[in-house]
Amino acid sequence: MIRVLEHIGGWFTGTLAGFGGVLLLLVSALGWMVRPPFRFRSVLKQMEFVGVQSLNVVVVTGASTGMVLALQTYYGFRMFSAESLVGATLALAITRELGPVLTALMVTGRAGSAMAAELGTMRVGEQIDALYAMAVNPVGYLVVPRIVAAVLVLPVLTVICDFTGIVGGYLVGVKMLNINSGLFVARIVDIVELSDIFNGLVKAACFGLILSLVGCYMGLYTTGGAKGVGLSTTRAVVAASLAILVSDYLLTAAMFR
Amino acid sequence: MIQLVDLCKSFRGQPVLDHLHLEIETGRITVIIGRSGGGKSVLLKHMIGLVRPDAGQVLVDGLDIAHLSERRLNEVRKKFGMLFQEAALLDSMTVGENVAFPLREHTRLSGKEIRDRVEQKLAEVELENVSTKMPSELSGGMRKRVGLARALILEPDIILFDEPTTGLDPITSDAIDNLIIETQRRTGATCVVISHDLAATFKIAHKIAMLYQGKIIEEGSAEAVRASENPVLRQFIERRAEGPLSGV
Repeated sequence: MIRVLEHIGGWFTGTLAGFGGVLLLLVSALGWMVRPPFRFRSVLKQMEFVGVQSLNVVVVTGASTGMVLALQTYYGFRMFSAESLVGATLALAITRELGPVLTALMVTGRAGSAMAAELGTMRVGEQIDALYAMAVNPVGYLVVPRIVAAVLVLPVLTVICDFTGIVGGYLVGVKMLNINSGLFVARIVDIVELSDIFNGLVKAACFGLILSLVGCYMGLYTTGGAKGVGLSTTRAVVAASLAILVSDYLLTAAMFR
Repeated sequence: MIQLVDLCKSFRGQPVLDHLHLEIETGRITVIIGRSGGGKSVLLKHMIGLVRPDAGQVLVDGLDIAHLSERRLNEVRKKFGMLFQEAALLDSMTVGENVAFPLREHTRLSGKEIRDRVEQKLAEVELENVSTKMPSELSGGMRKRVGLARALILEPDIILFDEPTTGLDPITSDAIDNLIIETQRRTGATCVVISHDLAATFKIAHKIAMLYQGKIIEEGSAEAVRASENPVLRQFIERRAEGPLSGV
C-alpha cells in the first residue's frame, strides 16, 4: 500500500516539477523573444520544418476526417430527413474542434518529437554546453525560433486542415451520397460563423506553443545518452498530446459559451 | 589568472569537489590529472560557468564568476575557448559554419572576412578543404581539430581542453598535443587541459595538478610531479592497479 502511495506521490511531484520547468522555460523564452539578436532565418527554417514538411500529414488528416464525418453524420441525419445539415455539422466540428486538435496532435507526433530528439541529442553530445561556452544562450538560439515558428504555423496548417476537411466532406456528401450541393454549401454559410473559425485558429496557436515548449523542454533536459533521447522523445509526444487535449477543453469552455 | 577558492560541489549528496583550491597561471599550460569520474570535467566546467559551485569562488582575472548573472557571465565567457571531449560540433552545420559560429554571433565582420578567418584557423589546425563537410563526415581527430579551430576563432585569452586526446590513436593524439603546444606558444593563451593520458601530460604541461577525492593533492612542474613521493600520485603516474587508488 505504502509503495503504491509512494509511486503516486512520485508521479505527482514529477509531473508538478515538469509543469514548473515548462513554465520557467516559457518565461525565459519570452524574455529572449524581445532581446536581440532576432533570429529571423532560424524562425523561417523552423517554419519550413514544422509547417511545410507537415503539409502532407495535415492534408490527409483533414480530408479523411471530413470524409468520415460526412459518412457518419449522413446516416444519422437521414433518419430525420436532415441530410442538408451534414455540411454545416461537419464544418462546425472541423473548424471549432477537429481541425485545430487533430492538426496539433499530428504536428506533435512529427515535429514536437523531432524537437525533443534534436535538442536531446545536442544535450547528450555537449552541444548545449558548447553553446553556453560560446556565450550563446540555447533558449534564445534554439527554443525561441521553434516556439515562434510553431505558434505562427499551426493556425495556417489548421486552415488547410479545415479546408481539406470540408472539401473531403463535400466530395463524400455531394458526389457520393447525393446531398444537394447548394444546400450543403448554403447551410455551412448560414451556420458557421467567422468566430468559429477564428477561435479555432486561436486554439491552434495555443497548441503550437504547447507542443513546441514541451518538445524543447524535454529535449533540453535530457539525461542518459541514446536511451535518454528516446525517452525524452516519447515523453514529449505523450505530455504535449495530453496537454493539448486538456487545454482544448479549457479553451473551448472559455471561448464557446 | 583563474583562481578556484574553497570550491565545493556535490551531485545528489555525493561530493565531487571538496574545498578545492587551485591557481591557474596566466600564459602557461596547466594539466589537471586524475581518475575517470573523479570530477575533472566538473572542475573544468566551473571555470567557464557551465557548472555553478555549491560554495566557494571561481575568480577569473579577479572577478568571481560563480554568482554572476547570465548576461555578465556571457561577457566573461568571450575570453574563453573550449574544446569538448567529443568536440561538440553543432551537427546541423557544416565545418565552416561551425568554426564561423562565434564570429557570426559576436562580431560584425563581413561574410568575406569571416570566410577568410575560418580558412586561416582551419589551416592553423592543419585542415584544408573541409569547410563544406558535415561533422559526421569527419574522423575523431579531424573533429577535434575543427573543435580547436572553433575554440580559437575569437582568439581567446584562456583555452580549456576537456580530454583532448581521449579516443584517438597515438599518432593523432601526438599531433593534437603538438597543436596545443604550438597554439599556446603562438597565442600566449592560458591553457587548462584535463587528461589522464600521462605521455601527453608530461609532454605539454608547464604545471600538473592531481585531483583526488575532490581536492588537489599535489601540484607542480612535470619534474616536481615525477619526483613526488605522494603515494596516490606515484600510483597514478606509475600506472599501477594496486595502491591507495584501488577499485575499478
